[in-house]
Amino acid sequence: MNTPAAIELNLEKIRKQFPVLHQQVNGNPLVYLDNAATNQKPKRVIDALTRYYEHDNANIHRGIHTLAERATKAYEETRHTMQRFINAKHVEEIIFTRGVTESINLGSSSYGRAFVKAGDEIIISGMEHHSNIVPWQLICEEKGAIIKVIPLSEVGELDLDAYQKLLSGKTKVVAVNHASNSLGSINPIKEIIDLAHQVGAVVLIDGAQSSAHLPIDVQALDCDFYCISSHKMYGPTGTGILYGKKELLEKMPPYMGGGEMIKDVTFEKTTYNDLPYKFEAGTPNIADVVALNEAILFINELGKENIANHEAELLSYAAKKLSSIPSVRLIGTAREKVSVQLFVIDGIHHFDIGQMLDTRGIAVRTGHHCTQPLMERYGIEGTVRASFSVYNTKEEIDLLAEGVERIVKFLK
Amino acid sequence: MSIPQTQDAIIDEFSLLDGDMEMTVFYIMELGQKLPDIKESDRTEDNIVKGCQSKVWMMARLENDKIYFEADSNTAITKGLVSLLIRIFNGQSPDVILNADLYFMKKIGMERFIGTQRSNGFAAMIKQMKFYALAFKTQKEIAS
Repeated sequence: MNTPAAIELNLEKIRKQFPVLHQQVNGNPLVYLDNAATNQKPKRVIDALTRYYEHDNANIHRGIHTLAERATKAYEETRHTMQRFINAKHVEEIIFTRGVTESINLGSSSYGRAFVKAGDEIIISGMEHHSNIVPWQLICEEKGAIIKVIPLSEVGELDLDAYQKLLSGKTKVVAVNHASNSLGSINPIKEIIDLAHQVGAVVLIDGAQSSAHLPIDVQALDCDFYCISSHKMYGPTGTGILYGKKELLEKMPPYMGGGEMIKDVTFEKTTYNDLPYKFEAGTPNIADVVALNEAILFINELGKENIANHEAELLSYAAKKLSSIPSVRLIGTAREKVSVQLFVIDGIHHFDIGQMLDTRGIAVRTGHHCTQPLMERYGIEGTVRASFSVYNTKEEIDLLAEGVERIVKFLK
Repeated sequence: MSIPQTQDAIIDEFSLLDGDMEMTVFYIMELGQKLPDIKESDRTEDNIVKGCQSKVWMMARLENDKIYFEADSNTAITKGLVSLLIRIFNGQSPDVILNADLYFMKKIGMERFIGTQRSNGFAAMIKQMKFYALAFKTQKEIAS
């Protein structure tokens, strides 16, 4: 991967590329700090969508006309760009899905159906999104397998000693996130993967929160599956990928049946298409996949390291600003984090904080962030979550802190 | 005061805020702070209004054919919102409540400053209050 050398990003120039940022919300300039839910799209991604529909729209793969050829080429180009983006060995290891939720369901359902048996164990962590809990529960219920959970410390770091004790010959799958959508903690996935492989388990990594922030090299990690969301990395909603090692994907049964995934169909027997098409039944989300290419190029051009440096600076600035406000308590203070900060104010409900901030044009997320077991771990119902992206500024964090301070002053 | 009179008074009060979103939300929270808390023992599953994202507990009693509501919430804004409904409905008869036409929300542009989710929750609170009114009315009809 060619990454530009560490440079100071030109924020003004970057912000100009995001049309949505330049608006007033409730009479104030929009301050968008809900990036962990979905981040905003640069003009080039939006233009790619328009261009596709205005010039190239056709169904892919089976057409022999020019538009079908162009659409197919553009769709497959994203697969190649994604292959390079995560350093996959083979391009057919990249399967397009509707997003990380579908990627995990595909992995758990197809792998689980073929390889998980009664009494087997699946290890997840205490900081998983519901999307990386429920699919495993479904397969465990079906097969009579058991879920085990890696506990975490107060600051939000996984307990690796406890993890090692959970691993055994019964462990079939380990499924953890690369970075937590709630706490922001970056998990030591290389270590987690290596330890799992020692007992013969396969590892699925939920990369929803990492793909826009952290370097990903699936070969160096040696993970078996890696899930990526497009809309959390400047790309369109409704698409994502499941990376899977070729030899594993080949052994796994199809997830959905339909067009595209077949070689031959008779009423007696169907033979399946080769990878990756075996797992891409039906007309895929062509336009969004095509536009995702631009999102990856956008990240590559800025350089992930530069993005990460900027976001790390924003995160530490936000943590400092917020924690200096009386009654504000930060949740999730792991040493290694992506740019997500949870906080609560004792005695003030997170909904009220979110609503008040919205009156000032500040968008944050409130609630349990689809991690109810994690909230239970901390004995809270929910929190406010501010999450930062490459286009955010320190001035915006000042506005956030100012808004929070006002609420505290008013309600306390 | 009749239900329309109370609603008109609320509309007048909100008009003083001049559409300032932040002031409006602060004002609603202030109204909530003025509404007495219910007893901890009344914060039960049975008293929860279903359909609200925040927790809202509501109780009602009938005195001399008039209904009196008590309510509480775990969020300040919702508590302020329910306090408006209590102000409008308290001391009214079941029939009057059942037939009441609530127009103040639209006039003060409530959906704009509380959003769709909370507006749905607000509708659930109204439904619950009308449900209490219907229950008291039916109770009385059976008794007579």
